[in-house]
Amino acid sequence: MSIKKDAVDIVIVGFGWTGSLMARELAETGLNIVALERGEARDTWPDFAYPRIADELTYGIRLKLFQNPSKETVTVRHTQSDTALPYRRFGSFLPGDGVGGAGVHWNGMLWRPLEADLKMRSTVIEKYGADFIPADMTVQDYPFTYEEMEPFFDKFEKICGAAGQAGNVQGQKLDGGNPFEAPRQNPYPTKPLKQQYAGMLFSKAAKELGYHPFPVPAANCSEPWTNPYGVQLGVCNYCGFCERFGCFNYSKGSPQSCVLPALRAYNNIELRTHAHVLRVNTDASGTRATGVTYIDHDGQEVEQPASLVVLSAFQLHNVRLLLLSKIGKPYNPATGEGVVGRNYAYQMNGGISLFFKDDKYFNPFAATGTTGMYLDEFNAENFDHSQLGFIGGATISATTTGGRPIQQMTLPASAPKWGTGWKKAIKNNYLHSMSIGSSGSVMPYKQCYLDLDPTYKDLHGQPLLRMTFDWQPNELKMTNFIGTKAEEIARLIGPDHYEMQFKGMDAHYDVRPYQSTHTTGGAVMGDNPATSVVNKYLQSWDVPNLFVLGACCFPQNLAYNPTGIVCATALFAAHAIRTQYLANPGPLVQA
Amino acid sequence: MSKEKPCVVPPRRRFLQQSLALIPAVAAGGSLLSAAAGAQTSAPEGVSAHYVPTFFNNDEWRFVLAAVDRLIPQDELGPGAVSEGVPVFIDKQMELPYGYGHLWYMQGPFASAVPELGYQSNLAPRDTWRRGISATNAWCNDKHGKVFADLTHAQQEEILTQLEKGKLDFPQVSGALFFTQMLENTKEGYLADPLHGGNQTLASWKLIGFPGARADYPQVMDHPNQPYPLGPVSISGKRSV
Ligand SMILES: Cc1cc2nc3c(=O)[nH]c(=O)nc-3n(C[C@H](O)[C@H](O)[C@H](O)COP(=O)(O)OP(=O)(O)OC[C@H]3O[C@@H](n4cnc5c(N)ncnc54)[C@H](O)[C@@H]3O)c2cc1C
Ligand code: SF4
Repeated sequence: MSIKKDAVDIVIVGFGWTGSLMARELAETGLNIVALERGEARDTWPDFAYPRIADELTYGIRLKLFQNPSKETVTVRHTQSDTALPYRRFGSFLPGDGVGGAGVHWNGMLWRPLEADLKMRSTVIEKYGADFIPADMTVQDYPFTYEEMEPFFDKFEKICGAAGQAGNVQGQKLDGGNPFEAPRQNPYPTKPLKQQYAGMLFSKAAKELGYHPFPVPAANCSEPWTNPYGVQLGVCNYCGFCERFGCFNYSKGSPQSCVLPALRAYNNIELRTHAHVLRVNTDASGTRATGVTYIDHDGQEVEQPASLVVLSAFQLHNVRLLLLSKIGKPYNPATGEGVVGRNYAYQMNGGISLFFKDDKYFNPFAATGTTGMYLDEFNAENFDHSQLGFIGGATISATTTGGRPIQQMTLPASAPKWGTGWKKAIKNNYLHSMSIGSSGSVMPYKQCYLDLDPTYKDLHGQPLLRMTFDWQPNELKMTNFIGTKAEEIARLIGPDHYEMQFKGMDAHYDVRPYQSTHTTGGAVMGDNPATSVVNKYLQSWDVPNLFVLGACCFPQNLAYNPTGIVCATALFAAHAIRTQYLANPGPLVQA
Repeated sequence: MSKEKPCVVPPRRRFLQQSLALIPAVAAGGSLLSAAAGAQTSAPEGVSAHYVPTFFNNDEWRFVLAAVDRLIPQDELGPGAVSEGVPVFIDKQMELPYGYGHLWYMQGPFASAVPELGYQSNLAPRDTWRRGISATNAWCNDKHGKVFADLTHAQQEEILTQLEKGKLDFPQVSGALFFTQMLENTKEGYLADPLHGGNQTLASWKLIGFPGARADYPQVMDHPNQPYPLGPVSISGKRSV
């Protein structure tokens, strides 16, 4: 028997980055808001307090702050003709859990898209003709312009106290920043983070080759800063326990360090933890959400009626909740019809490990999740593709995110795996190696999508999300091209020995090694309901009192990390709700 | 930074013998236990000669001590896994949700797949260890008339190599999976913070130059390409011996 709660104005599902921003933005309306988070309550103090947080095994390896796959995971297969099997042991990507979501243990690399990223389809057609797009590739334009979103990129950077070097402020190009950057109204709130030796060597070589390296924009605050919500951030101390850990220092941008303190002033918001939402409920017409149903701390089913529902449960979970709630037409790969689950994509990485003699010290333990130098010469449409035969590109960088010895020890392939030989190898290499990485865009394809698994279930007996995904020739060509460019830089740096880790043309998606948590698509935004789930305000075409936030709205995957756009679009949606929707609840865009 | 002082580390042989001697002593009522414990008082703090395993039984414990000792031996580069407490680490891990497979999705049906789809075994780490030890010991008995722990170092290394290469396989558990489990847990214990039971003298961190839980490095950033002057510190404030 399910408990029925009193109706509220707004229910928010998931309390990570997007959910907490939405709560804060809507708090000022005075409406009654209930936020439901399936995980536990967490705050900087005492949950991330030093020294206990500096524990690689607990947080980095046993993944204490992450989703526990025993409760919920996805199933994976490479093609539609395979049987999908559960992603049993997390490696490739690591969804968050608990208050703060993945905003607790992310790195903080904070990007705005390039202008071409937002109109990828039309740019490619304009430059190379429609035939340049492979028949199975469903690349789309974003439904908003860069100018429309600029104030929201700016606002999120200010919320995080972001550190960086601007490359283009109001059209004026600035030395040391990214020359390809779209025009910004303001520089970054705080100065760039300090650089490591690896980044210095990389920059020097990159400049010799005529490139323009710049420090990676970081949601890791580098100077005293009070954000627009009135919250003070701490100055990062390069602790080396950033990615996979909560920041004990109030310096990494997270819901805890940037948003939660500002929410305490409002008593119209209630956060319920251990509340796992099962589905969004709709009325008989299926065009209006009536609230959600969740399982509470005691395992009881609870119905929470609401006038407005916001899904902010992370890309994968949002898509799954839409499918479980039967909202929107599920994608059918046979006919190409339907939209929920369509355009799933996952970022593609490559890298080079560089090993030096012991006269060079890289001190990898001194790091933030975002210390490093990038170059953007081979990203998106920053270079000419006409002779290359692929769409998209990658960033190339030298970043060091920590030197935690269990996970972040890189050894030459020839090193023994155990015994005295292994001990020699860790002694000789730990301080004396660096890496060059590439992070590449991935286009969407008809054959890559999400749906519900027919066999495997979660803890609550609901079907798991099924991922049908593999690397496609376009991206494999792209990463091979990037590999040649990265190798030129590696050679110029001149290590004793280097090893390439770019995927071969026959590579398949592998769930074992960590790659990124940059899963995108499945509920994409657009201006046509036949090819998108939400409009540019992230409002469902089918159920206008439902908003769906997160990287599920990306039409395709970018070379950049997603959270800059994820949070800017969430702020944009919140603004639209406040200024347009509440006065006149209904579709904000006519289909 | 790598000024090793091997003299402060108890000789591995003695440690092994004492740990092994301990088990029957406990079983016999503890009279030998106090003698062994007394003889151990000069050992550095934290090296757990007195440890009585919770998960592993006596035969299994002998296997763990012997195998882990080969995977990360004591040598001219300093202490090995055994005197650092790595077997203790592994025993403790087996009693945590991790050991029971509660941190992984373990619902069936189970099926084999291309390696890219990742872990598809129905075994939790506890099961892999237990089955692997018993199968390997049975194989050793068959082939050499002795269990793994009683073989020579060269024989033990040969067997570990065969497991690693997938050349030694058992119906109850894949040899390669068992080897991966052993090596993964051994390295974890050797490199993790001592609070988990291994790395008791911070020997691994000292060996590689990782400062541990210091977590405060703006000055390092200001001095690129320079050796870091301080030794490692653990979460509980332990410094290297
Ligand atoms: C290790 C790691 C490193 C990363 N590094 C970067 C980076 O450097 N740069 C970058 O841009 N991005 C990075 N990301 C990605 C970034 O963390 C995400 O883009 C961002 O957190 C997404 O925000 P979100 O609000 O969509 O989801 P989240 O922040 O994950 O929040 C979703 C919340 O919803 C909850 N939830 C899920 N399902 C339910 C349900 N059914 N009922 C109730 N609650 C539910 C979850 O528990 C979670 O708390 C990284 C991610 C990880 C894991
Ligand atoms: S590196 Fe900086 S931002 Fe990251 S956790 Fe440490 S103090 Fe926080």
